[in-house]
Order: sequence, then C-alpha cells, then structure tokens
Amino acid sequence: MRTCDCAIVRALREPDRLDQFSMAEWDTLIRQGRRADLLARLHGLVQEKNLLASLPEAPRAHLQAARVVADKQATAVAWEVRKIRAAIAHTGAPLILLKGAAYCMAALAAGRGRVFSDVDILVPRQRINHVEAALMLHGWVATQHDAYDQRYYRTWMHEIPPLLHIRRLSVIDVHHAILPETARLRPDPALLLAAAQPIADEPGVYTLAPADMVLHSASHLFCGEFGHGLRDLSDIDLLLREFGTVAGFWDGLVARAQSLDLARPLYYALHWATRLFATPVPPIVLREIDACARPSTPVKTLMNALLQRTLAPDHASCRDALSVPARALLYARAHWLRMPPHLLAYHLAHKALFPPRAATN
Amino acid sequence: MNVAHYSLAGLRQEMARDGIYLQTGAFVARVRSPVSQVAEGIHQLYADASILPTHGFADFHVTLAPPATYRRWFKPQVIFRSDGYAPFKPLPIDQAFALFEWGLNWCISSHAHQYLIIHAAAVEKHGFAAILPAPPGSGKSTLAAGLVNRGWRLLSDELTLLSREGMIQPVARPVSLKNQSIEVISQFAPQACIGRIVKDTIKGTVAHMRAPAGSVARVYEQAQPGWVIFPKYQAGVSATLTPMGGAEAFMGLAQNAFNYSLLAQEGFRRLTALMGASASYRFHYSDLEEAASVFDGIAEQRHANM
Repeated sequence: MRTCDCAIVRALREPDRLDQFSMAEWDTLIRQGRRADLLARLHGLVQEKNLLASLPEAPRAHLQAARVVADKQATAVAWEVRKIRAAIAHTGAPLILLKGAAYCMAALAAGRGRVFSDVDILVPRQRINHVEAALMLHGWVATQHDAYDQRYYRTWMHEIPPLLHIRRLSVIDVHHAILPETARLRPDPALLLAAAQPIADEPGVYTLAPADMVLHSASHLFCGEFGHGLRDLSDIDLLLREFGTVAGFWDGLVARAQSLDLARPLYYALHWATRLFATPVPPIVLREIDACARPSTPVKTLMNALLQRTLAPDHASCRDALSVPARALLYARAHWLRMPPHLLAYHLAHKALFPPRAATN
Repeated sequence: MNVAHYSLAGLRQEMARDGIYLQTGAFVARVRSPVSQVAEGIHQLYADASILPTHGFADFHVTLAPPATYRRWFKPQVIFRSDGYAPFKPLPIDQAFALFEWGLNWCISSHAHQYLIIHAAAVEKHGFAAILPAPPGSGKSTLAAGLVNRGWRLLSDELTLLSREGMIQPVARPVSLKNQSIEVISQFAPQACIGRIVKDTIKGTVAHMRAPAGSVARVYEQAQPGWVIFPKYQAGVSATLTPMGGAEAFMGLAQNAFNYSLLAQEGFRRLTALMGASASYRFHYSDLEEAASVFDGIAEQRHANM
C-alpha cells in the first residue's frame, strides 16, 4: 500500500472526509494511529472542525482516550518547563525549547495532541556546563554512566547525555546544536540562538524562529530518526500551514535553509509533506528548493523508495516485503550522516566489542 | 450470534484462522489463537457473549500464540500480543486462558482512558451499583462471585469503568477466582460454571467463573453508582457494614484507580461525583450467605426509599 493511502494519513490529510470511512477502515486507522502516536493529534483536528459528534462511537472513544494522555503530558510539560526555567535562571542562559515542548508551550497547532516523552532544550555551548550543573543541583542526574558513552556524547554529539529527574523521572535532553558535531551538515547554532523568539506569557522561555522550527524538524527527520517519522512529518505539515499564513515566512524559508546548511532536509520535508498531507506549499517555493537542493535522479529514486516505506506507520497493515530492509538502510544512512567513516567504524567496533549491558546499574 | 452457538471444534478453527470478534461488554476484541486452551476457555466461559460478523471494528486485536522458539514444543509456552505488541513475558501454555483474561485487562486499563478505571468489582441490584474496590487478597472477587449467584447483576470483576456522565459501564466477563475461593464458590453456588483450575500461576491457583447469562445480556445497560464498599474477608467475623468517611473512601478509590492521575482534574471531578452519589462503607465478612443478605438489605432499603 502506498503511504499516502494509509488510513491514518488520509484521515490527517482530509479530516472532513472521515464520515466516509467504513468501520473496517476505522479499525485500521485506529491501529495505525496508535502505532504512530497520532490519535490525539487526529482528535485535535477533528475537534477543531467540530466533527467529533459525527464520528462513530467506538473509534471516537479511542481518539478521546488518546487525547486524555496527550493533555496530561501537556500539563506535565508546562510544569517541567517552569521547573527547568527556575533551575537554570541564575546561569544567564536563555531557555530555548525544541520540538514537542516548544510546540506545546507556544500553543502551536503542532502542539495540540502532540505526544512526547522528554523535553529538548538548546543552550549556548559556552553555558552548557553551567546549565548541566544547575540542573544537577535541582535533582536531574546523568543517565549514561559508561565512560565511553559519556565521551561519545560529550565529544561528538550535539547534546550532553540525557538527564533524568530523580523524583519526577522526567527526562531533559540538553543540546548545544541541532545536529552532531561530527555530522555532514553543520547548521551554525549561533544563527539559531540569535533568531530565537520569546514565548508570550512565559518570561525567559523561547522557541526557535518559525523557519528554524521547520528546519530543525526537517533535519531531525531526514538526517536520521524515523522512529516517529510520520508524526514528525505531520509536525512539519502543521508548522508550515500555521506559519505559512504569516507574511514573509515563505519568502525567507529557502534562503534560511541554505544559510543553515539544511536545504536538502528541507527539500525532502516540503516534497513529502505535500505528497502525504497536501500541505499548501507555494509552487515558487518548491521551484526554489528544487533549484538548490534536488538530489540526482538515482539518489532521488532510491530515497523515495526508502522514505515511502519508512514514513508509513510501523504497523502490519502498512508493511511490505521491503519495509524492513528500507528501515535498515535509512538507519545505516542516518549513521553515515552522523559521523565520518573512520569514527563510525570506531564507534561500531566499540559497540560490538563492548555491548551495552542489558540492565543499567 | 452467541459463542454457545458454535461447536468447540468450529470455534477453535475460526479462532485459528481469521479470529473471532468477541463482544466483551463495552469492547469488541478480535481474538486469534491456535492454542486450544484459549478456544476451550472462551467456549466454556464466554458462552453467552456475542460473536460479531467480521470485517468490522474491534477495539483490541489480540493474539495468543506459541513463541517462535523451541518453547513451542519443549515445555510449551504462549505469548499474548495486542496488535503485535507483547506487554508480558510468555507463560506456560497451561495458563493460556488466564493470560487471555489478564491481557484483555491490560488492553482496557492501558487504553480505555475515556473511563476512570478503578481496580474494583462492581455489582448491581434494583438499578444501583455497589463498587467493591480492594487490593488483591481482600476477597472482592469472591464476594462479587457470591453476590452474582444470589441475584445481583455482574458489572465487572476487575475493572470498574466510570464514564464521564458518572455511570458504571458493565464489562461482565468471567470472574477470576483464586486459591481457596474456587472451592468456596463451588460449594456456595454448585450451579456456577467454573473453568479449568490452573495451578502455580503468578497469582497462585486460579480459575474463572462464567458471568451469569442475565448479566451478559444486559451488558449495554449502564448502572448508576449507589455504594462504595471496601470488603475484607476475615475468618470468623459476622458480616458487618461500617460507615466510612467520604474523604477516606475517596482516597481509597483514588489509590485503586489506574488512571486517576492521568485524568487529572477530570478524574477528581468524576470521583467527587461518585462520592456524592454513593454511600461508603467498610465491610467485614466471613460467610458468603450472610454477606449476601446484608447486601440485599441495603439494596431493598434503597429501593424502598426511591
């Protein structure tokens, strides 16, 4: 089945046509949506269009139940963000939220019903030690005790090892950049920091600039992590729809992508968002991004075949014989993009020779 | 069509192939399994439940199958999966039907957050429900099994579902009996249908009792809460109801609710409404017959006051 024909993708693309879904299609939709963590988001879209009452009762209950979980997370994340702000206030570092926490706190459409497990923040590299120390004083502890893993994060990655709050068990990922130090693409964090925007009514809390939010999400998705591929692409769709109505957003997007070294991820993001979710991207923007970032035809053909399978929910109803190899190939590509070959070889050799212990101590 | 309509062989075949869409109270579970113990258990203990025509909607898609390892043959095991996801470790194949029941409980308690889900049994008489929350071992299932064999309607045994409107949504699945209570119930209600007794499970010796046909037939009929009663079996005591403070009962319910904190404000609102509609008691008992007459007493009283 083509990804754009998956029940959950059709539902998100055209929520006003849900009344035409048969019960068997609803059955598939709920299962795919649960696997892709998109049920609460669908609930939000349906609610916004005032269509909840028109849905059949049994599947509607599943959407409502998913929304209960997402709403609880939204409350919890607001609490966490205020705790983090208080903890790092004296360091002088701004608190810049990334991804789910940012969408949620800035009350963006992409935050409604967004499910996430940890809070991602971006701080200036020169302040990261202060921020880490401040968080530790307030109850967050390091999760990676292995010396190699510590080095892996601190030398090569764009974040320090995740911090876990000892009582609330919430997790913070503290970033100083949005892609690893060793990655092929090197967006300059200084540009992101300089353009960060305050969140109304949350003094001291920021998000990235609108274009940068889209570009970060695109880089996250198309440079590596497909675990929540469809959810992340749906984020991009909702961000583009919301920001697209702001004057000047489309005019500056491609240029910003080029200055951040993220034109290629934006290329994939724009094309796949329009393909799956019919995102209204102006044709001129598509021409602009094609002109500067379109891959060669063989690469494009291969990537499309891989993304076609990997962006679909990881559910039996969406799998074909090539789904597993496609996921594996993109996983390998993600590592390839993260590190130069000699480092990657060293890293994989270390992980093979000293496999991580099953139980953490 | 009822489960009883099928022959055991027919049911087994259907379950091994496409699976059956089993109506279990508020939920439809599509159950697929080549394991004959599961088919036998469903055939015996869900006899009055409906099997829906296929190709429709199921709330849960569950399979119970042997693992793809040597444990398929050597000391055979069974794995429960909900739409491909296995929340538990494999169990000996002997426990397959109990695993089905536990798995279905897991499905409900981890997904059905449209309800406030309380770890409690619930029974109904004259339109009012008695909610019996209690930690395992307090004798709530035994009491519920006793009451439903003396004219009370079974709403649920493990999971009491409280709707947004403050009503109890029936589930009416088999009642799980453990250890001595299996013998107690077979003596107390010789007509009750009790399934295979399985020893050495994580909960000790377990068996399941079929829900009364009348309770299964009325599974779409929600019930209004009337009482919250914390039961405690205590050898040798006479059956006594002791009024309980509202705050204490509230906390007892909150502690026994799986998703109270997940529902946040709404959870508080629902429990408050529940307390407003119910009288709360502690209940000590040793003899089931005596317990049933005390319960009948409060039900008649409430009925008379209507």
